[in-house]
Amino acid sequence: MINNETIKRIAKLARVEVGQEENLSAELDKIIAYVDKLKEVNTEGIEPLRTLQEKKEAVLMRSDQVKKDEARQEILKNAPDLTDNFFKVPRVIK
Amino acid sequence: MENLFAKPAFELAQAVKNKKISAREIFTFFQKRIAKYNPALNAFVDLYDTWPVEPSSSPLAGLPIALKDNICIKGKNVTCASRILSSHRAVYDATVVKKIKSAGLSLVGTTNMDEFAFGSSTENSCYGPAKNPWNQNRVPGGSSGGSAAAVAARLVPFALGSDTAGSVRQPASLCGVVGFKPTYGRVSRFGLVAFGSSLDQIGPITTNIKDCAYLLDLISGPDDFDSTADRLDSGSFNKALGQDISSLKIGLPKEYFGQGLNPEVKDKILQTISFFKKKKAKIVEVSLPHTEYAIPAYYVISSSEASSNLQRFDGIGYGKREVCSDLFQTYQRSRTLGFGKETKRRVILGTYSLSSGYYDLYYLRALKVRRLIKNDFDRVFKEVDALLTPTSPTVAFKIGEKSQDPLKMYLSDVYTISANLAGVPAVSVPCGFNKDNLPVGVQFIADAFCEKTLIKLADAFQAETDFHKKIPEIE
Repeated sequence: MINNETIKRIAKLARVEVGQEENLSAELDKIIAYVDKLKEVNTEGIEPLRTLQEKKEAVLMRSDQVKKDEARQEILKNAPDLTDNFFKVPRVIK
Repeated sequence: MENLFAKPAFELAQAVKNKKISAREIFTFFQKRIAKYNPALNAFVDLYDTWPVEPSSSPLAGLPIALKDNICIKGKNVTCASRILSSHRAVYDATVVKKIKSAGLSLVGTTNMDEFAFGSSTENSCYGPAKNPWNQNRVPGGSSGGSAAAVAARLVPFALGSDTAGSVRQPASLCGVVGFKPTYGRVSRFGLVAFGSSLDQIGPITTNIKDCAYLLDLISGPDDFDSTADRLDSGSFNKALGQDISSLKIGLPKEYFGQGLNPEVKDKILQTISFFKKKKAKIVEVSLPHTEYAIPAYYVISSSEASSNLQRFDGIGYGKREVCSDLFQTYQRSRTLGFGKETKRRVILGTYSLSSGYYDLYYLRALKVRRLIKNDFDRVFKEVDALLTPTSPTVAFKIGEKSQDPLKMYLSDVYTISANLAGVPAVSVPCGFNKDNLPVGVQFIADAFCEKTLIKLADAFQAETDFHKKIPEIE
């Protein structure tokens, strides 16, 4: 059972608001009850699979060369709020 | 040339090479078809007036292609069917886009999808659902439903989608076209908006396996911008066409033929099995014992990865920002208003699975189960060359039928999901129609980097059947 307090805490971590009318709590309850099925599996001594590339040779490195990137102006075009070349955000330090 | 829309991509490309038709004429032809049928189907969410074709001698030069709305095309809108990205323009080309452009193809537009690829029906889109061209009251599947619908309706010769739990194969099955998920690492993910980084692959959606093989040749390969894109030399996938299959051993995993499989679908799969028996392939029953744990393992892992990947959508540097007095509110309001319901569900589920106190119980445990699922496949591929299964437990369901019950929707992926967990390639190929003329798809799964086996099997099947040639009548 996932209670409302837990949902509120998780929602805060995720920076997402969960409205009362959304029924999210009941839906999540059902989904979590379903994924609890994983408890049936005996995972004793089993290594977690963290990457599908375990057998690969080490990631190939490239030389540390400075390259000019022309992307700045393109990137800034998408900014919601801009001052000179800076993203403008609400005051962080009070 | 008559009936351009009925011609396979490869034939159209030959016609361009032989100067029977120009790239411009083909582009214009499909544009007109899109203008006529897209309002009803809602397969496309963005369309380009024109596209310059680079000169190229590639086998597919001169053809138009559609891309799912989560693949970055420089200067064009990439929205992932989400409000939070509704006016966002990509700053760079995805690697697959660079390859497509330099191979002389033109981009016709981007296709509808479930928001951020979360879904199996294309109903979670901020643009509204795409419709199945075989019956517009039904879903085209998802999350690459727009691409599958566009190809099925012959609005474009082929398209790209992305597959994390079956999102290329399941819509292909529901729309009666070919949908291919390559081995994890076969195709660069650079420029694909990330959902589940250990699961995602870009894959072709085509009307036939020959076009698919050529498109796969085009988009595959190592990439300095994606360290998970494998450096193995694939050779040419198109060389696998026309090969004899009588020495191949095909396994039927018993867990894929049990409860929940619609009888009409099962019937078509059984007929497909008979076809391969007649072609002298060896058919054996096998077992993938951890199959029933694939969906729960997937939902924990994929939503965990998704919650992490979607943290970047915060209203700060790009995307829609809700203006608020403080930073926390800015993040929260932007995401709450910008994300759809299913996106919020997955982000919360993922955050929960990774949160302190729950990480071991959910995320870590799911990774161990993933290991067991992969072991099942490793073991089975020592016995057989490929697996044959249904792609989807049902034909296309009605719009709204599963959208109120997230868990019910998740279960539509039961046969496709394991291939993403194990990182192995799989393809869905049309194999029949039910009594309501809705398509049924058969899925072939092979071991990692064995795409050629899948191409051989699909090609042998399509050489002697014509399910893939049927075209829906669109109202």
